[in-house]
Amino acid sequence: MEKWFRPIVRLALPVAVAMAVCGSMSHDATAAAIGRVESGAPVVADSTSRGFDWEKWLRVLLLRDYNTRVVIAGATLLGGAAGIVGSFTLLRKRALMGDALSHATLPGIAIAFIVANALGHARSLPVLLIGATLSGLLGVAAILLIRNLTRLKEDTALGAVLSVFFGAGLALMGVVQQMKGGHAAGLESFIYGKTASMGISDAVLIASAGFACILVCVLMYREFKLLCFDTEFAGSEGYPVWILDLLLMGLVVTVCMVGLQAVGLILVIALLVIPAAAARFWTENLRAMIVISALLGGASGATGAAASALFARLPSGAVIVLACAACFVISLFFGTSRGLVARWWRARRLNRSVAEQHLLRAMYEILETRLGWPALADQDNAEELAETVSVAALRDKRSWSATALKREIRRAERAGWIRETGDHVQFLQRGLEESASLTRLHRLWELYLITHADVAPAHVDREADAIEHLLAPEVVSELEALLERQFPQFPASPHALAGSTAARTDFRGVES
Amino acid sequence: MARYLVVAQWSWELDGWIVAAGILCAVASSLLGNFLVLRRMSMLGDAISHAVLPGLAAAFLVTASRATAPMFVGAVVVGVLTAFFSEWIRRVGRVDEGASMGVVFTSLFALGLVMIVRAADHVPDLDPGCVLYGAIELTPFDLVTVGEFEVPRAVLTLGVVAVINLAFVVLCFKELKISSFDPALSTASGFDSRLMHYSLMVLVAVTAVASFESVGNILVVAMFVVPPAAAWLFTERLAPMVALSSLFAAMSAVGGHLAAINVPGWFGFQSTTTASMMAVIAGGLLLIAILFAPRQGIVGKFFRQRWLAFGILADDVIALLYRWREKGATQVGNFANLKRTLFSGWFSLGATMAWLWLRGKIRSEGDAWRLTPQGVASAANLVRSHRLWEQYLVTRAGYESDRIHDKAERFEHFTDPSLRERLDQVTDAPSIDPHGAPIPEEGGGQ
Repeated sequence: MEKWFRPIVRLALPVAVAMAVCGSMSHDATAAAIGRVESGAPVVADSTSRGFDWEKWLRVLLLRDYNTRVVIAGATLLGGAAGIVGSFTLLRKRALMGDALSHATLPGIAIAFIVANALGHARSLPVLLIGATLSGLLGVAAILLIRNLTRLKEDTALGAVLSVFFGAGLALMGVVQQMKGGHAAGLESFIYGKTASMGISDAVLIASAGFACILVCVLMYREFKLLCFDTEFAGSEGYPVWILDLLLMGLVVTVCMVGLQAVGLILVIALLVIPAAAARFWTENLRAMIVISALLGGASGATGAAASALFARLPSGAVIVLACAACFVISLFFGTSRGLVARWWRARRLNRSVAEQHLLRAMYEILETRLGWPALADQDNAEELAETVSVAALRDKRSWSATALKREIRRAERAGWIRETGDHVQFLQRGLEESASLTRLHRLWELYLITHADVAPAHVDREADAIEHLLAPEVVSELEALLERQFPQFPASPHALAGSTAARTDFRGVES
Repeated sequence: MARYLVVAQWSWELDGWIVAAGILCAVASSLLGNFLVLRRMSMLGDAISHAVLPGLAAAFLVTASRATAPMFVGAVVVGVLTAFFSEWIRRVGRVDEGASMGVVFTSLFALGLVMIVRAADHVPDLDPGCVLYGAIELTPFDLVTVGEFEVPRAVLTLGVVAVINLAFVVLCFKELKISSFDPALSTASGFDSRLMHYSLMVLVAVTAVASFESVGNILVVAMFVVPPAAAWLFTERLAPMVALSSLFAAMSAVGGHLAAINVPGWFGFQSTTTASMMAVIAGGLLLIAILFAPRQGIVGKFFRQRWLAFGILADDVIALLYRWREKGATQVGNFANLKRTLFSGWFSLGATMAWLWLRGKIRSEGDAWRLTPQGVASAANLVRSHRLWEQYLVTRAGYESDRIHDKAERFEHFTDPSLRERLDQVTDAPSIDPHGAPIPEEGGGQ
């Protein structure tokens, strides 16, 4: 199975949950807002009443209506295409480019309207689209120029171009509205979007544009990947970074243009940003991220369009975005790679193993101080060590609270490392072995720091304490190979152990 | 609608108040905008302007009226939440700043849209476009009485906001400065940089919402970014930047209103929207700053570069003529040979030669150019610098003698007599360079 396929399988369940949550959310919201459901419980009524209409649900979900089919297919394709393009812009740290760009189309729309009006074709869609595209591209060029030629940062360039272009657009609109036939009703749908009235021609436009975007992304995958992760390297390899950047922005323009009609000027940004940002939580692999992002975008598009068809007064664009937002929240928490729960769980596991290792080593060092080195190292074979360590002595060993220590002791007992008897603890066979190898690791690293990194013996304990839990087995075997000629198999501590008075300085091997 | 008022001539009662509201809004926003630009949060104004929608809708659904106060509160709360959520998602989710902002404001906007469409079931005249967005042209018609004066409400609101922002920026200037440039240092020196961050966010939300309500959203979104960006190109220091950005903001407010009245008239239309023209004028100021700012301006940078290239070419010409003279007449010092040897364009070389001729460093002899005594002196110093550097690089810096020419070629243009003196001393006053060529005396004595 391909490496990137696994996260998708892992993703399938949460997405299903997300969609279910979304569906029920929008249903609840509708019900509550309309006030048709007095109690919180869902009301299942027969199909003639205004309650839950099974007929309608089946009709929509099984795509029986021609119109529904068109709208849902269009929204899904748009979501998928935006998800793919959005992945690249997100990684290029240009997530809000779509925002700036869609605002920058307004002056173009106004000028196109003025021109079309002068030529006698009031409000012809192709002319408006050409105007919007040109002005969007001009905005992108302005952003790239400001970023490359001045010391202004990306976000400032975006904000400045967005507000100035939008201001210019509004000013032109003020003029347009004084023109004959310039009542801006038709232009307004550009801003809010009318998915429900999407015709077959719109769906075909979206489908072809979406397909073109996907094709370009597949063909330019390698180049875009380089552009996103290491622009300088791409430049030094001879890739035309400037042209690639413009091509990527051209894709954003395309998505914005077709998205404007479907979900509106502002919400198309959401389709470009949210699925990609959500997909980032599931994987560290670009290919997987793009696929997940496309799936999330497509699923949100389908959910939004279906919900809009099911409930009469639900703006489809907004529902599509809310579906995206729900996916994002779920991904933020439950994403397998960067999600909060996954990260919290990994941190907890690490903390626990660190605390456990601290306890075992502390016990070992106390015993070693008492019995003398290397007497303890020879006791490995004993069934269990008769010597016990008092909890009080352990407490003095490290700066841990009584509760934390008690918790660790309980955990170590459950794991079968030690046995607790009254206020004393005692190694079991396994525990002794484990703690000996931990202590050995700690000392190897200490000796390495002293002999190869020239760290003073008084300082190595804390440094080794920080790193010993993270040493990979390969590093350990390298350490062993490096140090075995100078030191015995189980070295003594190169510094005084905390809690013991006798400083151990007999590591003469260091000097020889 | 009053938006299409014909303002045939300036009247202080109308235009005066409009411009006053514009200036107050612009200055209040750009004061805070400086710190947004420095913290790379320039898109926050835009994000808040979209995100307040659910706050407005919630206030409307709760109070069932279009009263201003609850809507204001609702919008401010959601505006602050936008900033908080963006920051939280950025920090906790390790998402890029722009992306986290994009996620938050689009989601909130969509939520608001759904809420408003729902609310519109109750109130037919509620539509997403005009819930709270005021128009600056309406400013003079909504008066409140303060003492014995009648003041437009928008001017009063924005005046209060501007004073608060000014006080905040002046009183917390040092804290804002440190926490903008080095949050860790500010926390280490005893005040929480996060507190400054969130105070700033709250004020940004208040300013944004107060402006939406009184003068519309485009003005404040533009003024958060554009004047500070322009000011930053003019100065390197924070205090002048804040002052300059306020000046630019006020200029674009005045200019914007004048342009809104006059520019459409040139094409036979009546006036257009003032707030958007203010944004356009601010954009014009930014363009001027980008092109002509003294140190950062593109034009200035371009001409400084050209001037430097010109000076270096002039140096190269006389040094080349000197070397040819030194070797005897193997090459004729005519224009074609110089051009070929220096890989130079005919225009720049021609201009350089003309300049050298005017300065009396070269003269024409038959079909060749020769150095005048004055030219010999300058060229000798250049060649001396070159060869001393070569000597220095080999004897002192341990370079191979075949890799020193390019470095010396670069250094020779920036070496003054005192540096030559030092080079001479540390290389023990050599008479030949590593390649065996003689090092001329200072001032060209042979």
